[in-house]
Amino acid sequence: MELVIAIFIGLLYASGVYLLLRRSIVKLILGVFVISNATNLIIFLSGGITRSGVSFIGDEAEKASLETMTDPLPQALILTAIVIGLGIAAYILALKYKYFETTGTHDLDQLSKTDQK
Amino acid sequence: MEQLAIVLIGLIFLMGLMVPVLRPLLKNYTGRILALVPFALFGALTFLFFTLPDETARIVETGFGFLPEMQFSFRIDGLSLIFGMMVSGIGGLVLGYSSFYMAKYAGRTKFYFFLILFMGAMLGLVFADNLLALFIFWELTSITSFFLIGFDHDKDKPRQAALQALLITALGGLCLLFAVIMVGNIAGTFRLSELYAQGIHLGAHSHYQTVFLLIFVAIATKSAQFPFHFWLPGAMNAPTPISAYLHSATMVNAGIFLLLRLNPVMGGTIAWKGALILTGGITMFIGAFFSLGQKDLKRILAFTTISALGTMVMLIGMNTTASIKAALIFFIVHGLYKGGLFMVAGIIDKNTGTRDITRLSGLLKSMPVTSIAGILALLSMSGLPPMLGFIGKELIYDAKVQMPELSWLVVPLGVAANMMMVAISILVFYEIFIPRKNKPAIPLFHKEKELPGNFLVGPVVLALVGLGLGMVPGWLNNILSNAMFYVQSQAVDVHLALWHGFNQVLLLSIFTVAMGTIIFILRRPVGKLVGIIILWTDQYHLPEKFNNLISNYLNFAGKHTNRIQHGYHRYYLITFFMATLLLIVYQLLDAGGEWFHPAESSPVRMHVVLVLIISAMAVLFAVFSKSRLSAIVSMGVLGYGVAVLYMFYGAVDLAITQFLAETIIMVIFVMVIFYLPDFAVLSSKKSRIRDAIIALAVGAMMTMVVLKARFINMEEPISQFFAEKSFLEGHGRNIVNVILVDFRALDTLGEITVLALAAAGVFTLLRFNPIKKKSEK
Repeated sequence: MELVIAIFIGLLYASGVYLLLRRSIVKLILGVFVISNATNLIIFLSGGITRSGVSFIGDEAEKASLETMTDPLPQALILTAIVIGLGIAAYILALKYKYFETTGTHDLDQLSKTDQK
Repeated sequence: MEQLAIVLIGLIFLMGLMVPVLRPLLKNYTGRILALVPFALFGALTFLFFTLPDETARIVETGFGFLPEMQFSFRIDGLSLIFGMMVSGIGGLVLGYSSFYMAKYAGRTKFYFFLILFMGAMLGLVFADNLLALFIFWELTSITSFFLIGFDHDKDKPRQAALQALLITALGGLCLLFAVIMVGNIAGTFRLSELYAQGIHLGAHSHYQTVFLLIFVAIATKSAQFPFHFWLPGAMNAPTPISAYLHSATMVNAGIFLLLRLNPVMGGTIAWKGALILTGGITMFIGAFFSLGQKDLKRILAFTTISALGTMVMLIGMNTTASIKAALIFFIVHGLYKGGLFMVAGIIDKNTGTRDITRLSGLLKSMPVTSIAGILALLSMSGLPPMLGFIGKELIYDAKVQMPELSWLVVPLGVAANMMMVAISILVFYEIFIPRKNKPAIPLFHKEKELPGNFLVGPVVLALVGLGLGMVPGWLNNILSNAMFYVQSQAVDVHLALWHGFNQVLLLSIFTVAMGTIIFILRRPVGKLVGIIILWTDQYHLPEKFNNLISNYLNFAGKHTNRIQHGYHRYYLITFFMATLLLIVYQLLDAGGEWFHPAESSPVRMHVVLVLIISAMAVLFAVFSKSRLSAIVSMGVLGYGVAVLYMFYGAVDLAITQFLAETIIMVIFVMVIFYLPDFAVLSSKKSRIRDAIIALAVGAMMTMVVLKARFINMEEPISQFFAEKSFLEGHGRNIVNVILVDFRALDTLGEITVLALAAAGVFTLLRFNPIKKKSEK
């Protein structure tokens, strides 16, 4: 299964990089999303996927053992990443919106000029 | 007393930094009042001058430094006393003199600020015991003199001259830094006192040539030796008090000082003698020669400064007892007369509005005090009795005549240069001071009586000191033998006298003066000849050549910067991806080992694979889609697909968050999409293929990294800790939640802050309307 997921991650990265190299800014933003998803998956995979129990402590127990449950630490990290990704997405889209409204172009090669339309 | 001296140097620095505060309080008295500190230092040094026993140096530790090897420790010995007294004494006079000279200038705060800091740096330089501290002060003099030379920053010429001086002396500074580090590494210490005490001489070391070359560039740039001499006349664009200070006792003499300081450690080798005698000789000659063709009094003085610096370098290169003694005396002589002459030139300039010697005349009648001070300084410059200059010149001739093997070369060169010095002195004397019938006396702006005393006091004091020391040179005996002890590392008895008896040297002197007078009489043809040569050399005009070099360099750099910093984000990214790719693939292949172990991996679950295939297809669709909306929807499919994957593997919190976040992003995207343009194919087919290849390579690399990462465990995982403590100490059963809000609560706070900032950013962005604002204007 790891091999399958690793190939999936590779595919996501390939698509993401390809999108990042486009001149259109919308595609660039899509590329950022794809790569952030792929990166989250890497972190998730690093915790191991041999166990797949929910990382809860049972009602009666005081401690839990890692034998059966998914590693909780990567999950906590990814959770943070997802939420921050959301913030970035909102900001980047607002920026894009304003930028297009101001300059009237979505071609990044035109962005180097500071003159407005 | 030596502690007091060092404290006073510190006080000078402090005073410099305080100038912006002090000047509004002291108003027009700033220069005169601030001059008290250098005079106090001069007093302290004078006391030491008379009390310092032979063959001792006093070391003062301040206990302050940047590094253990870089302590600001100071040494007081004969050499640093001679230089320190000149720097502080002339410095005080220059400050007092500036008080009047600069009275009408704007930017006086800046002037005093940099002048006093420059003075402090120069004093630090001559008293430093640590070579690294010496380097720092050396650079400080370069930087402060840059601001002083470029004082009239709204004019083009001073700016260029300042830049030129800075670039050239900074080149030397860099060389000095390397040299100092090498000396420190070879000798194991950066302290002069230890270097001297251990009697270390680098001459035999295999890196000696390199160190010497670096030191040589450092002193040649600082002390304006050929072929770096050209920045010095340009520095004349500074206001006259600055010229008077920079060219008499400070700045350009720093190189001379360094040579004397390092003489015990590096001097006397073939390379040392050859390089210094040759360069010094050439510099001495061309300086004197070109001074004959100048009309501007300050430029004449600048070229004679070059000549004097050449003389000192040459004397140090000769490295005999007589020549070092001559160099030390000549430093004092030169500082006294050059400082005085510059100040006289400034007074004349202020009073007549010109420094052109063809227009000035008859000043002896209208400005007697200034003129007499000037004439005494000229006497010293041409080496006539009873001035100290005479003793200096006699010692120089003496050293040259006694020079083994090379006297046939150095004596004629020296005599020729001195003949021209005599000629230029007589010329200046005749043109400026003597009243003549066929040249109308120049009108004055002020009567001399109206000039404030402290304006005249500088040149008068310097002239009288020159005269006094010429009469009783014995005062210098003690301090000279102390200085000689540290320069030559052997005890030398010094007995100076005005009258040496009738000997070969005196004959040479008489011959020099006679020839100088003949050159003066033939000044018309000689002036023409020099003019022709100057015209001829103008095609090799060094300052211009230097400027061209700099501008060519800037063009070159600009062109190549544009190539690297092209401003296209995708090429930056390509560079970044390629570099990462190469480095990581190299590392991965180099590491070798296992990539994948079927037995260790979890079983393949078909429903997960199905989700992955759907997500993968969605992504590919998003990449190649021409429609904005379908691309975004397929992004949503990917996001949900990943969420489902999380769920299959037990990460419920992640799945929920991912669902929510993905949904919100989709909503925002759809809201914005209406305002966004359609996708268009902007890049050519060729670049698309190139990008696809790079993308696939990066993807393959990431797959390899992910696979390899499973076999690398740097640290023991800490997850067990969370599993055990989560309920007992965090009182929560959902471990992921407890980690977020308890164990790593600060991270979460940071995350919330990021969200808040993003929200604030979005809000501001949407309110910001540059176009509207423009139309409102």
